[in-house]
Amino acid sequence: MNALAPAPADTSVAAIDKSTVKLDVQNLDFFYGRNQALKGVSIPFAANSVTSLIGPSGCGKSTLLRALNRMYALYPGQKATGKIIFDGEDILKPGVDLAMLRAKIGMVFQKPTPFPMSIHDNVAFGVRLYETLGKADMAGRVEESLRRAALWDEVKDKLHTSGLGLSGGQQQRLCVARCIAVKPEILLLDEPTSALDPISSAKLEETVTQLKADYTIVIVTHNLGQAARLSKFTGFMYLGELVEFGETEGMFTHPLTTRASDYITGRFG
Amino acid sequence: MSTTDVSSSGSADVARRTSPRGKTFDPIFEGLCFAAATALLATLGGVLISLFIGGWPALKTFGFGFLTGVTWDPVKDVYGAAGPIVGTLITAAVALLISLPIAGGVAFFLVELCPQSLRRTIGTAVELLAGIPSIVYGMWGLFVFAPFFARTVEAPLITSAAPGSFAEKLFSGIPNGSGILVASIILAIMILPFMAATLRELLMTVPPQVRESAYGLGATTGEVVMKVTLPYVSRGAVGAVMLGLGRALGETMAVTFIIGNSHDFPHGLFDAGSTIASTIANEFNEASGLQASALIALGLVLFLITFIVLTLARLMLRQPARA
Amino acid sequence: MTVSQTRVIQRKITNLVFVGFCFAVTAIALTALALILYSLVSQGLGGLNLDIFTKDTPAAGSPGGLLNAIIGSILMSGLGMVIAVTIGILAGTWLAEYAGMSRYGVVIRFLNDVLLSAPSILVGLFVYEILVHPFKSFSGIAGAVALALLAAPVITRTTEDVLKLQPIALRESGFALGTPVWTVIRTILWRGSTSGLLTGALLAFARISGETAPLLFTALNNQFRSFDMTSPMASLPAVIYQDALTPYPDLNKLAWAGALLIAASVLMITIIARILSTEQKRS
Repeated sequence: MNALAPAPADTSVAAIDKSTVKLDVQNLDFFYGRNQALKGVSIPFAANSVTSLIGPSGCGKSTLLRALNRMYALYPGQKATGKIIFDGEDILKPGVDLAMLRAKIGMVFQKPTPFPMSIHDNVAFGVRLYETLGKADMAGRVEESLRRAALWDEVKDKLHTSGLGLSGGQQQRLCVARCIAVKPEILLLDEPTSALDPISSAKLEETVTQLKADYTIVIVTHNLGQAARLSKFTGFMYLGELVEFGETEGMFTHPLTTRASDYITGRFG
Repeated sequence: MSTTDVSSSGSADVARRTSPRGKTFDPIFEGLCFAAATALLATLGGVLISLFIGGWPALKTFGFGFLTGVTWDPVKDVYGAAGPIVGTLITAAVALLISLPIAGGVAFFLVELCPQSLRRTIGTAVELLAGIPSIVYGMWGLFVFAPFFARTVEAPLITSAAPGSFAEKLFSGIPNGSGILVASIILAIMILPFMAATLRELLMTVPPQVRESAYGLGATTGEVVMKVTLPYVSRGAVGAVMLGLGRALGETMAVTFIIGNSHDFPHGLFDAGSTIASTIANEFNEASGLQASALIALGLVLFLITFIVLTLARLMLRQPARA
Repeated sequence: MTVSQTRVIQRKITNLVFVGFCFAVTAIALTALALILYSLVSQGLGGLNLDIFTKDTPAAGSPGGLLNAIIGSILMSGLGMVIAVTIGILAGTWLAEYAGMSRYGVVIRFLNDVLLSAPSILVGLFVYEILVHPFKSFSGIAGAVALALLAAPVITRTTEDVLKLQPIALRESGFALGTPVWTVIRTILWRGSTSGLLTGALLAFARISGETAPLLFTALNNQFRSFDMTSPMASLPAVIYQDALTPYPDLNKLAWAGALLIAASVLMITIIARILSTEQKRS
């Protein structure tokens, strides 16, 4: 423990290979009306890997996540300044087509949000918005998505029953399937297991592990073990700032900042 | 779309729409919703404006005297609305006076005293009765209650009152069962289930811990209700009472049958009288010219009275009590 | 600690009085309401027979029924409900999904609440001024519009309430797929609150089916069977009002039968609505 004490940097953001960056947040400020929730956050998200955002409640990690698909734009008074570069384009620029942006960036929420329709229709919902598929093609897409979400075996015999009838964990994996059916490039997961029991959480983690080769995944979590198990990179946030960012392994064993070290060792938060 | 080699799940091979299905209808739908909401505003505004325009000739002719005049005479075309206005206020006030303690008692009974097995049944029954159309109350008043009341209450009281006493003044009138008091009683019965149901619902919003901690201090049922739970919802309770008052003020059918429909200024509780609503209901279809205008002006007065009462009620019900 | 014995006794007596009062008034209230229901059922059943549903309203002294009034009531409430459901659901949706805390939204929400309990006779006068007076004729359409204006605020209110019960994350997960707002509303929010919306519509229907005052100056009445909504039209409440005030016992009897019909259907609709709304809460 004492070994950590001598060189406490205030903040430490590791650089990662530019060519692997899928989504690059640069100097992002975020405001809820007059309250500033994010202060000059810069963080890269690498393609085909999982990045965890950790930190105490209210530190701004969910806010950051909601900036990435501009979900905040639904609410008047919420504002982001800075840059978020996605495939070379700044998505914060005015004139960005939000619907098309969100089709490329999927999001899963804290609590499962199945739509009031059958399991099949839940998965097909987003697809129908963008593509015109025949019945068989659609069935194929639904199956593929449910398989990737590791839900297929549990629901293949009741595709036409209501999605509301599934257990909480199954509902959450249904939401994942619904997201990936649209073939997004990025997945945003906002504390996806916080409302689930341990067994369902483990299954969802399994799903995420299967998906990480193909997607850029950003996960907000309160569960440090989960961050350690799933992610290649981790960002630690505190009071609206990104305090430390780097490879997960390094950060969990040798945090470079006092605040990250205190949080990880359980001294606060 | 920019092509990158990153996304291995590959969306490039699928023919995608450039904008999600249904996007173009978005602004139209929002416009429709907005128009519908505005239609409600327009209705209320329209009621006010049409009443004002329709009532203007009468208001211009009689000026302020329209409100204070006691003569309502279609033959001479003279219209003073003091009779119906006072009738409206008195019947509503008396109805509230009768109904409030009873509704309160019923609500307290249902929340604190009623055995669990009966609670749901009686509570549901009270709520269902709140939905019975007012014309049913009016008919019952006309055919059942008025004759009974005339026989058992009015006649004995009138004959027993000493000549020249205050009682004689109070009870003056013809013992035929129709009049201010009977109308008030019927109104009271009509608003009773509504007020009891609203009060009960309010009392049930008090957190159980609050009630239980009051009982925990050794308070009696009466003390818990009067000193803890009722004050806890006091603003809402006032709002509920105002809503009941609003109903009583604007009620037409329960009153028209039994108030006697006399435009004279009422002199006693058994005297025939009229309310604004009953006057309009009785005369509007046969009225023309100045009389129609005077009736619409009456409507305007009713609108303003109820608008004030309902506004107060809603303000009370909306804002949470600040202790 | 010393406990004043007289104080305890005093409190006990006060409480006894309070409890006694509550019991007494509840008994009185329930008795009064039971008496009303008893009169309604006994008098109404006496007048109820097949003629009620097969014959039109008679002149005094001749046999007849309420068929023309029943038809008129169904037609006018039906058309009124179509108008009210359209306006009410759209307006409620606007309040829940688009208005937010905007000033216009606050004003509309407030005025809708006022309209919800405004005297129905004034709505009747208003519709008279805009639809009867200019066209110089009472009509079923005017009656339907008056009923619609009474039902729409109820539907608006319940629509807003049930939509707001839907979790925010449900909307956001719709938008997170890039779904257009109106698709989210239609296929996710409306669909998820079907039973709540239905409850609102049923309550509104229950409210207007007994309304009398606004029909008197709009649809007026009609002694004959008519399906023409541009001409005066009979309705159950209007016929009850008219027949109850005549001195003829047979017409009075008919009025009781009509009142029983209305009260029974209102009760039935309310009960269905309550069952629906408890189911909504459970799921």
